[in-house]
Amino acid sequence: MTLSVTAHSDATHRAADAWRRQTSLRRLYTAIGVGLLIVALCGTMWFADEANAGHFFDRLPHILDFLSWLVPKDWNDVWRAMFDIASPHDTGTQEFNFPLGRAYVWGSFYIPEYFELMLTTLNVALVSTFIGFVFAVPFSFIAARNLTPHPVLRLIVKRFMELLRAFPEIVIAGLFAAIVSIGPIAAIIAIGLHSIGALGKLFYEINENIDMRAEEGLRAVGANWFERVRFAGLPQVLPNFMSYTLLRIEINVRISTIMGAVGGGGIGEELKLSISRGFGAKTIALVLLLFTTIFIVDQFSAWLRRKLVGEQAFMIGA
Amino acid sequence: MTTMTADQIQSIEERFPHVFRRPLHQRFRPLLLLGGTVVYLLYALWFFNLPQVIRESHWERLPLFLTQWISYDVQPIFRLDEPQITAKYPRFSVLGPDPHPDWVRTNADGSVTILIDGAAKSVTFNKMQATIIANGETVPVALDTGKPLISGPVPGWITAHEDEVVADMGFAGEVRVAADRVKIRKRFLGWANFVFDTRSPFFGKSAGEVASLIVSGPELKPGTSNLALAGDNIWNNAQWQHGDVWTKLLQTIVMAFLGTALGGIVAFPLAFFAARNITPSRLVNQVLKRFFDFMRSIDMLIWALFFTRAFGPGPLAGSAAIFFTEIGTLGKTYSEALENIDDKPREGVVSTGANGLLVQRYGVLPEVIPVFISQTLYQWESNTRGATIIGAVGAGGIGLKLWEAMRTNSNWANVFYMVLLTLVVVFVFDNISNFLRRRLSRTIHDYNRLQAEQE
Repeated sequence: MTLSVTAHSDATHRAADAWRRQTSLRRLYTAIGVGLLIVALCGTMWFADEANAGHFFDRLPHILDFLSWLVPKDWNDVWRAMFDIASPHDTGTQEFNFPLGRAYVWGSFYIPEYFELMLTTLNVALVSTFIGFVFAVPFSFIAARNLTPHPVLRLIVKRFMELLRAFPEIVIAGLFAAIVSIGPIAAIIAIGLHSIGALGKLFYEINENIDMRAEEGLRAVGANWFERVRFAGLPQVLPNFMSYTLLRIEINVRISTIMGAVGGGGIGEELKLSISRGFGAKTIALVLLLFTTIFIVDQFSAWLRRKLVGEQAFMIGA
Repeated sequence: MTTMTADQIQSIEERFPHVFRRPLHQRFRPLLLLGGTVVYLLYALWFFNLPQVIRESHWERLPLFLTQWISYDVQPIFRLDEPQITAKYPRFSVLGPDPHPDWVRTNADGSVTILIDGAAKSVTFNKMQATIIANGETVPVALDTGKPLISGPVPGWITAHEDEVVADMGFAGEVRVAADRVKIRKRFLGWANFVFDTRSPFFGKSAGEVASLIVSGPELKPGTSNLALAGDNIWNNAQWQHGDVWTKLLQTIVMAFLGTALGGIVAFPLAFFAARNITPSRLVNQVLKRFFDFMRSIDMLIWALFFTRAFGPGPLAGSAAIFFTEIGTLGKTYSEALENIDDKPREGVVSTGANGLLVQRYGVLPEVIPVFISQTLYQWESNTRGATIIGAVGAGGIGLKLWEAMRTNSNWANVFYMVLLTLVVVFVFDNISNFLRRRLSRTIHDYNRLQAEQE
């Protein structure tokens, strides 16, 4: 009895020691990791600060100065800028030339300039997502391990999509700006090509996880590749496809805004001009409009996604 | 196999009404969606004025630009109205200040032969006459009347203008003959002077020569070792700007890292307050969640433009822009992950009487840390790509450099160099992040699978 207790407590001690050693080792690793992270953070912060035109601590006290131009003299100018209503402050400068941008549709009914620009940006995002979706669906079935018609073809399509995904969008946009002239079309091509790669990757990962019983059934009755994909693959994956496509629309609205700022037309361009020239009222109007639009698009897409596939944390590994 | 009787068909139809007797709006939904899409696309066609844009686009430029990515050309001019025919090269020609290329030959009779692509595509000229050879045809051009004149039929690859004859030799180049000068464009595959530019003392030397100079040669520049000189010449190569490009690339990487890491650090504590199962106050949850939405909805572009104004152009502005966007994105994803945890470990820790912080540390953290890290790595990866774009508005990094190189439409080889570097960086970071995530994320795989099964 005493013996067994000793043995038992011996074993317990050994286990406790081992556990302690393991924990302290893990703590050491964690400490090293955190230390490295801190060193990397400090180093990169120093590097970024050195390379910047203005330095962080020099500029910090002036942040508020810089923000002061944002405050318009007359807050009503924000609404006037947004809806292209003539401002009493208009002295012929570009800062208050609100009514000039009106796009007349019918008689005296007009679309305010910023709404039209926002529409351009949204349309760029939608059309490029559509392009991405249309090409990504067939590519994803070719690239999925379980549905591919040929392994070599699968490899080619996979690599191609990887290339599309990694290729910097501004280069494609710049290339096509020289061909189809600067503007939204170049942005559509650039974002569309990128979306093919991005959606294609997500899609084929979904495809690889489908239930293959339906496909086997179709194979047994002699269906060809297209029929198997259409009737066994597509119905299973379509809700997920749509949900990722909606997520892509959210991302593409943001990218198309940025592309606008580098010459792709739309609201980004106007915002860049307005900020760089220090037009307070115009900037606030543009930011408000952009913010509201993105917020609405996000919320709408989130609601639709919930309807399609239920609550799911999409960002994980997405 | 027997065919089914009408009764059997009917009984199947009755057993599965949700398949065979769907309500009208469900049956026509795909058709409606398709119709809506077509209508929208027609609208977009009109909105972007696509037919006109396509009519006015210059597709012939595309192959030209693409060949410029991987090739360079030399464009000498030969004046015929001077006593002696001599070649004039552009001031910053890739051949250096005193070129004697072997494809320009002065013949015994004073005429000059230029081999555009061997003897099969070449031009030989003196002051009286030029002979263009290409595609198996020989075309003499008389120059003695003050205008270039072709006697005989003009082949398709030659365009004869009033005062100039243009011979298109495809990828190899182009010959333009006028009465007083001959312009040559000869194209070479590859990148010119990639290592040493024309100002460098190492210019034009073979790799072996350079190596022996570095190892045992006399000092080319007094007071500096040849190795240091070579390194300096490469780093400051005027044509390729290796030093600048690599620094800008590092800036892009730093922007993505700094922005994502800081965003994660700030979002981490906030996410605990935003998660409704961890902080029971609805008010705090909602305020924080709306704050995350707000940070996300103010586009990265807006932040980038603001911080460029505030800090001046450079990577600090880019890092700050990514940082602010990332607070929103990571805060949202972190708090969603927290809300999806399994509550049992936490209840277990609570039941031992641990205080609030200890409950989070031992009851919640072990479950979410792999998810958090994985999400952060994913954001880091995607920000590395995004940092390239926001750089173009002045927020630092390679983006601006790329954009400027493209604007001139002449420096496509440099663009391609930078693109290749960016691609390498993106691939490397994708793989690092994928590898780390896979190592970390046995848990996440299980987590994802659980989620998929719950669906």
